[in-house]
Order: sequence, then structure tokens, then C-alpha cells
Amino acid sequence: MDINIKEIMIALQYPLDVKSILRKKKSIKKILLKNKRLIKKNILILGGSSTFEIKNILELFLLNNGIKPSFYESEYNKFYEDALFGWEKLNRFKPDIIYIHTTNLNITNFPGIGDDENHINSLIELELEKYNSIWSALSKYDCTIIQNNFDYPYYRILGNLDGYDIHGHTYFINKLNLKFAKYAREINNLYINDINYLSSYIGLKDWFSPSLWCQAKYALSMSSIPELAFNISKIINAIFGNTKKCLALDLDNTCWGGTIGDDGLGGISIGTETALSEAYSTFQQYVKELNNRGVTLAVCSKNDFNNAKEGFEHPDSILKFNDFTSFQANWKDKPHNIVEIANEINIGIDSLVFIDDNPVERDIVSSQIPSVSVPDVGSDVVDFIRHIDRNGYFEPVSLSDDDINRSQYYEDNKKRANEQVTFQSYDEFLVSLDMTAEIKSFSSIYLDRITQLINKTNQFNLTTKRYTAGEIENISTSDEHIKIYGKLTDKYGDNGLITVSIGSIKKRQCHIDLWLMSCRVLKRDMEFAMLDELVRLCTEKGVSKIVGYYYKSTKNNMVSNLYEKFGFILSETNSEGTIWKLDISNYENKNKFIGINND
Amino acid sequence: MTRKEVFNGVQDIFRDIFDEDDMVIEDKTNSDDVEEWDSLNHINLVSAIEKEFKIKFALVELMTLKDVGAMVDLMMEKLK
Repeated sequence: MDINIKEIMIALQYPLDVKSILRKKKSIKKILLKNKRLIKKNILILGGSSTFEIKNILELFLLNNGIKPSFYESEYNKFYEDALFGWEKLNRFKPDIIYIHTTNLNITNFPGIGDDENHINSLIELELEKYNSIWSALSKYDCTIIQNNFDYPYYRILGNLDGYDIHGHTYFINKLNLKFAKYAREINNLYINDINYLSSYIGLKDWFSPSLWCQAKYALSMSSIPELAFNISKIINAIFGNTKKCLALDLDNTCWGGTIGDDGLGGISIGTETALSEAYSTFQQYVKELNNRGVTLAVCSKNDFNNAKEGFEHPDSILKFNDFTSFQANWKDKPHNIVEIANEINIGIDSLVFIDDNPVERDIVSSQIPSVSVPDVGSDVVDFIRHIDRNGYFEPVSLSDDDINRSQYYEDNKKRANEQVTFQSYDEFLVSLDMTAEIKSFSSIYLDRITQLINKTNQFNLTTKRYTAGEIENISTSDEHIKIYGKLTDKYGDNGLITVSIGSIKKRQCHIDLWLMSCRVLKRDMEFAMLDELVRLCTEKGVSKIVGYYYKSTKNNMVSNLYEKFGFILSETNSEGTIWKLDISNYENKNKFIGINND
Repeated sequence: MTRKEVFNGVQDIFRDIFDEDDMVIEDKTNSDDVEEWDSLNHINLVSAIEKEFKIKFALVELMTLKDVGAMVDLMMEKLK
């Protein structure tokens, strides 16, 4: 029944766990109060309807953001009286923030069917006057005022005409909302909580509950309350400067479909050719627009730098290499690169949002650097925007020249000296993955997959030798070959068949014709598990020496030192690449993190 | 669902809402017996029950409930 801090953090971000928030708010509050570094703020709530539960839930979101609120609520529907005449009480309370929770149900001057245009305009002014006098009365507290605009009513007397006839209530509300917007632009410290958008997003039929209104005078449904509180907390976050500054992106299957290193520039999905490329273009467009209004961009990708850069040279790529202030494309682990990004552009780690389609990468970043925001975006690109947008990471309170130029500012800071950071805990991470591998000689059911993998893998591929299905079939039954595949499973699921080695045996030596692995499982030590098994089979066959070949291609630079890492001795360097040798008489197993299960 | 299962589900909701892990309710428990069970928390209880059991109470039904037992009986009707 108990809820832990990690579950709380997940419950309080998009998509909100509304049910748990409402039910477990008391125990959530207790846990969040354990944080000793909370900043106290006084928050006055002036309600035009019930605010009890809004206060309770808003408290959770603020605590989660490091703010410990003290609340003062106006008497039920006394927002106007308290604002104008509640001086003594309010003077003592000294609010930092005033939230005015009014809705369409507080509009008292809706036009009647017989009213003429002049009269209706005067009704709008009359309604505005009420709020204007509230705002100016409150201005003496010199604090932030957050004011709801108006949601639409849940019925329309005039049907569709309600939206464009001057007597329509929805028309009246639209006019009021535009006026509110104008005031908010002009009055310092006045911010609009856009419940008109929020209620549309939720859907009016879910936003408002006629039953709850009659029972308890809540102007919105119980399940909308967490959404409302979340929205208010985003504004408060922005006011206190707690928003994020930089969006760090993975590349393959995040910025485009496919793997640039394997599929090449022509093979990745971006543009308008297919549904998938449309989806990646939409995402890139969204990121570009964030960048245009001052959000700094970074790349955090396991990729060869030149391959990664090439991806943005695609003619349909909306994002360009120069849009990124920090471009970390290499084979180091991602937490390391995240720290590099923060150092390079000189922002706090907690100002970063990291987007990656791969749950393992998300997990390693969020577990090693909890202050980075890593939304659980899933692996479908069509969901990415919603996670960034709904979480309000980059919520601005205004657009200043500074915002628009900020990106450039970080760019300039890029050249600052970086502190080298190494993580001691990568081993711990590998242990936590709970990996098991199956490494066996080729069998007929896997021949198709093996052939496919051989012919599309470019990066982790020592020789880039291609084979036909027929050749693979012959090798699978040959006694003069050692031919093994590896499958890897971890706590996140099955990675499938992801690595293949083929060696041919001549005169007690095993020549490695092929060694490749999918980049999906880089940095998991799977190559060590494969080497162990290869050596074991060699010993069985009386082989004493293994000869490894590295043939340089445009894509496989990442494995140029693999044999050296394996402990091989360099025996020859030629124009094609390098040749390596390993005496296996005293070989010791190298794999420490992967359990082998060949049953 | 048996009446016992429904009753236990309701008890879990009471425990969450009032944040008392060992709270025990009975059929005859009503708002006089639980200090914090005011009209505002009543709304929270009803709303949590509606969500958990995927049912809706009509306004008129809510007006007549006198204790936990009556609530569970009404739920049994709806869950049939």
C-alpha cells in the first residue's frame, strides 16, 4: 500500500497517476516532507468555488519541486471580498503567491438574449472591472498573481451559434479571455493559468462534473484537480526559475528512424516519404521551435562522431549540426556524456532533459544522475512531443531578448575547460542489468537472422565480410569452422540474436573471418562472453593460437582497438588494416557480468 | 465479487484517504465514528470508490447513505 519516492516522482509527472495522487495524497505528502532542503513560500488561494482539494494536491506538486507552501484559503466564494477587504488578515499572512481560482461559473454578467451590442460590450467591461479591481487591490502585496482565465461551459444554449453570436456564452468567454491576455501582458506579476487550454486538452466532458458541482461546489471534476494543480505548479516553477534549459537528444530512433552507422544517410527515416519519416520530421520540427525560442540543444549518442554529424546533413533533416550547442557522439557511456554536456555549456545538471528511445539508456542516466529529467517517453516517436510538452520542462513566463539569445550564449561558453568525469559505478550498472546470454554454434532456425545481421551490421564489424544465405548454410555444418551466435537477455527483456563470430581452422590456428555485434548491446561486455566461448571451442579442437583481422572501413572505426582490448598482440599493419594474434594456452575468461545459459 | 471483497476494497480506500494503515471499518461505521470524515473527505471517499470500482453513484443515491454497510450494499447492486 505504501508508495515510495520513485513512484511518487513518476506519479507526479506526465502522464499523471491521478488515482494514486488522489488516494495516497497523505502518505505522499509525508514522504515529500522528508526533504530537508525545502524553500518556504506563502500561498494565498482566492476561490470562486471549492479549493480544498486543489490546495491539497497543489501542495504535493510544490513539495516535489522543492517548495514548502503555507496556504491561506479565502472563505468559500469570497475571492472578491477577501481580495478587496481582507487587508488585515492578508497583511499578516504576507503572501508570496496569490492564486485566483475562478471559472466560467463565476461569470455573473452573461448577456441575455434581448441585449443589444452596446449593452453586451458594457457587460464585458463590467465583468473585467471586477477582476481589475481584485488585481489592483492585491498589487500592494507586491507578489505574484496567478489568475485562471475561463473554461467553456459544459452546455451551449445556442449550440454552434454560441461561438459566434454576440449573445453566446462561449463567444463572451472568448472575448473575456482575450482581454485577460492583454492585461497579463501589461501588468507585471500577473500570470494566466490557461484553464481554457487545459480543459480542452482534458476534454470538457471530463473536466467538469455536474454531480460534484452540486455536491461540493467544485468547479472541476475530482480527476481534473491534479491536472490543474500540475499546471499551476509549472507556472510557479517558471516564476522561480526552476525550468530546464537544455534538451539532450539521442540520435538513432530518436531524431531519425534507423541507425545512421548501419543504414547510412539514405537508409534513415526522416522527411515525408513514409509515415515513420513524417513522425520524425514532426519531432524535429518541435525541437527546432523550442530551439528558436531559447532552449539549448545537445546530442548525447553512442555513435561515431562523423556518422552522427552526417545524419543532420540529410536534405530533409530540419535540425542541423549547428543547432546543437554540445554534440557528444562517441562510445562513452551516456551519464558521462550528460555531464560533459552540462560542463561544456556551463549549466547545472538539473537543467537538462534527456530524451532517448532506449529504456536501458534512460535507466542508466536517471539512476546514475537522478537530477537529470528523463521522461519515460517509450520507443514510439509520436509520443515524444507530448512528454516534453505536458511536463512543462521549458515553461517560460515571458519572452525576453535574453531568452531568444540564450542559445547563443551557451554556444559561446562551450569552449570552457571541461573537467574529466569518470564513473566508478558502471560495473554496478552492469550487475544491475541481470544479463544472461545464450552462446551456441549456428543452428538452422537462426540462419536467416544470422545472414541478415551479417549483411547489415557496419559499425561493430571487424572485417565487414558479407555472406550469402548459402555460404552461411555451408559453414553451419562445416567441421573446419567455429561459428557461434550470441543472444542476450537483461531485466528489460530479450535483445534477441545480436552477435556472430566465424573462424576458420587451419594448422592449429583459428582465423577470425567475421566478428560483429549489433550496436544495441554496446558496452555490455557481450564481446567478452563471446571471446570466452570462442576460446573454449578452439581449445576443444586443439587450436593453440587465434588470429584476428581488423579491416578498416568508413564505418567501423569503433572496433579498431578491439583485439588490443582482448589482449591480442599486434603482428602486422598493412594498408587494409591490422592483424592480431593471441596464444590461448593460458587464457583466462574475461566475462564477469553475463550469466551463460546454454540449456 | 463477493461482498467481503468489496468491503475490503472499501476499507483499503479508507486507509489511504485517512492515511491509517490499520484502520478497521464495520458495516455500521459512519461519519460520526471517524473524526476526519467530514463532508470534504466524504467527497474524496466517494470519488475514490467510483474510480476504483468503475461505478457511478447518482446524486439521489448519495443523499440516502447512512453508513458503510449501506454504501457497500449499494455497490453490490451496481456491481451485479
